[in-house]
Formats: sequence, C-alpha cells, structure tokens
Amino acid sequence: MSYLPKSPWLVHYDASSCNGCDIEVLACLTPLYDVERFGVLNIGNPKHADIFVVTGSVNEQNKSVIQNIYNQMAEPKVVVAIGACATSGGIFRECYNVQGGVDKVIPVDVYVPGCAARPEAIIDGVVQALGVLEEKYKKMGKVAK
Amino acid sequence: MSGMNSWIAVVLYIVLAPIIGGLIAGVDRKISARMQGRFGPPLLQPFYDVFKLMSKENIVVNKHQKFYVLCFLIFVIITGCIFFSGGDLLLAIFALTLGSVFLIIAAYSTYSPYAYIGAEREMLQMMAYEPMVILTIVGMYMVTKSFNVVDIFTYNQPLIYTLPGIFLGFLFILTIKFRKSPFDISMSHHAHQEIVRGVITEFSGKELAYVEIAHWYENVFLLGMVFLFFATNWAIGAAFAVVTYLLEIFIDNNNSRLKWQFALGSAWIVALILGVGNIAVLALK
Repeated sequence: MSYLPKSPWLVHYDASSCNGCDIEVLACLTPLYDVERFGVLNIGNPKHADIFVVTGSVNEQNKSVIQNIYNQMAEPKVVVAIGACATSGGIFRECYNVQGGVDKVIPVDVYVPGCAARPEAIIDGVVQALGVLEEKYKKMGKVAK
Repeated sequence: MSGMNSWIAVVLYIVLAPIIGGLIAGVDRKISARMQGRFGPPLLQPFYDVFKLMSKENIVVNKHQKFYVLCFLIFVIITGCIFFSGGDLLLAIFALTLGSVFLIIAAYSTYSPYAYIGAEREMLQMMAYEPMVILTIVGMYMVTKSFNVVDIFTYNQPLIYTLPGIFLGFLFILTIKFRKSPFDISMSHHAHQEIVRGVITEFSGKELAYVEIAHWYENVFLLGMVFLFFATNWAIGAAFAVVTYLLEIFIDNNNSRLKWQFALGSAWIVALILGVGNIAVLALK
C-alpha cells in the first residue's frame, strides 16, 4: 500500500466552464465540506499534483493547455472530469468551436455528472479516483519509482 | 559537551528532529484549520504527504537541481547537528545560510520564470532576516563571552534578562524563517500557487519531500534558538518554545501577505532598533 490515497493533491483547471462547477469545486474546500480532512489540497501546481480536476468542455484554445498540464504531472496521476460539459461537452456539444468532453484530449479516469455537479458528487468522484491512483501506482514500473 | 555526549546529541537530533518537526507541522495544520472553522487534516498528515511524495515519479528539470536540493537538506541537518552538539553558534548559522543559498541555486537552475521570481524573493527574505540573526549571536557573545552553544547553554542566568530586545527582534524574523504570513513571500507552507510558492514550483516528488523535511529540521533548530534564551530552566524554555510557535500560528492566520518591500524594511528597522539598541545598552554597561 502507498500513501497516495491519504494525501491526494489536486490541480484544478477551468476549461471554458461557466464557473458553476468551479464554484462547487471550491465549495469542497470551505468549512462546510472541508476536504482537507482527507488530506486533499488544492495545490494548483501540476508538478505537485496527483489528481487533475477539469471542469468545462474542450475547445481549440484550451486543448493544448489541458495536454500541457496533464503532461507536467508526475506519475501516478488520475484525471477527474467534473460536470456535464467536462464529461461530454454538455449543452455546448454541438457548438462549432467545441470538441466535446475532456476525454477527447487526455485519458479520463472518473466522470462526475451534474450541471452543476454537487460538492458531494465531486468528493465522491475524488474518492473513486483514489482507488484508480492506487491501482496505477501498483502498475508503475520500477524505473519510474 | 564532552565527545561522547555530543555524538549522542547529533544522533538524537538526526533521528528525532524530523519526527518532532513533522508533528509540529501537523499540529500547526490542525490548529490553523480550527481557527478557520474547519475540522482539519489528521495529525500525521505532513508525514503522509512526505511519504506520498517519495513514491511519486521522479521528474527533474536537470541533474544539478537534485544535487542542490540534497545539499540544502544536508546543510540544514549540519546546522542542527552543530547546534545541538553544543558547537559554535556562528558556524551553525553560516551552515544554515549556506543551505538557504543552495535552495536558491536549485530554484535558479531550473530556468523557470516562477522559480526565478521565487529565488529572488527568497534572497530578499535572507537579506531581511540575516542582520537580526547575526545581531542575536553578537548579543549572546557579548553576554556570555563565547560563541559555543554549550557555554551559552550553561550560562548562570537566562539570556532573556540581558537580551530582551534581541529576543523580540528574533521573534520578528522567526515569522520569516517559519515561512508564515505576513512574510511568506517566497515559499508559503500553505497550498498557495505560482509566485507565493515560487522557489518550489519546479520541484516534484522526492525533491519536494526533501525541501519539506529540511523545513522540519530547520523549525526544530529555530525553536532550539528560542529555547537558548531561557536555557537555565528546561520547563520554562520548552514552554516558551511552544508559546512562540502558537504565536506564529496565530500571526499566520490573522495576517494577509505583505509586499517584500515591507518585509525587508520592517525587518531592518526591527534589527536596528531592538537588535542594535540592545547591543548598545550592553556595550554601555
């Protein structure tokens, strides 16, 4: 067992989201939900983070940003797509400039539905991501460790 | 201290300091959370964080970075070893300064804009606290006529009686050294972003864990310095070290971050008035 599930650090990126889901993500950090109880920190630096939390749909402008953040994160890492837009493109799915959900550009491990996703759902998604994180750690090669 | 005892002190410091430092960090996070109306993380959270960082993939920007960060950790440990074995206080402070310089070089070696700004702000912090640190040692020397920690430690009356100004000045720069608001301008220990954690922007995995462990060692050394002002009585010394840290947590949670100009200016003014003033009084006696 590793200590990964006890200290998940997040990097949160707002890809063309309407801010609804972002406010719910930040609500998780407030005294009401206080995710730091579980060691979760909104670290804001991809090099320090274990979980990549994305809200909003992917378009041409933020495509490269999402890939860049993902590539800078150290293994093991998981991606959590939060809200209808990040999971599938949501109501913007048919827009000429929208490519769809986050899984069009990077592999997504956990999908959290909702518009906006509720804080309880987000915390549940992050907790499920911890299981994926642990699995990825086990599969990591000796060289990377 | 005699040969054998000082070696025991060194071993005890190397083994116990990270445990004590980590627990202090855990208590710090818990109390900070309670002050903000939150429940807070488990007491052992800082250890979980460091163990996790150890198991992450090793990404380095270049080879030198790794070496410099390791040097930072080693020189901070050496500082504590010199101090707790009763060695030369001046040498301990110089080792600590050298360690800090290695951290700055490590940040510079990454060529990252955030790390550059962080390194520059770290240097400004050093400029801010170094005068007061040196004055603290000068003051201790003037009273005890020795730079050796063991002589200062066994001096027949508490240094606080003769060095009250220097103690207050040292408390002021401790806020910078503990990396607490309002002076956490280069490496906040909270989950802040970008410039506020500039120095460590480019460190990940093991390097970040080393920086964190070095911070624990450093905190224990600094609390040891606080203890030295009350060294004739163990209980009072330890109590003051605890009170000092609680005060720092209180200050941290009640202040917003100030500009570096204020940090530098206020630290120098404090060093001039409290530090030089105290020394002038000692010299005139």
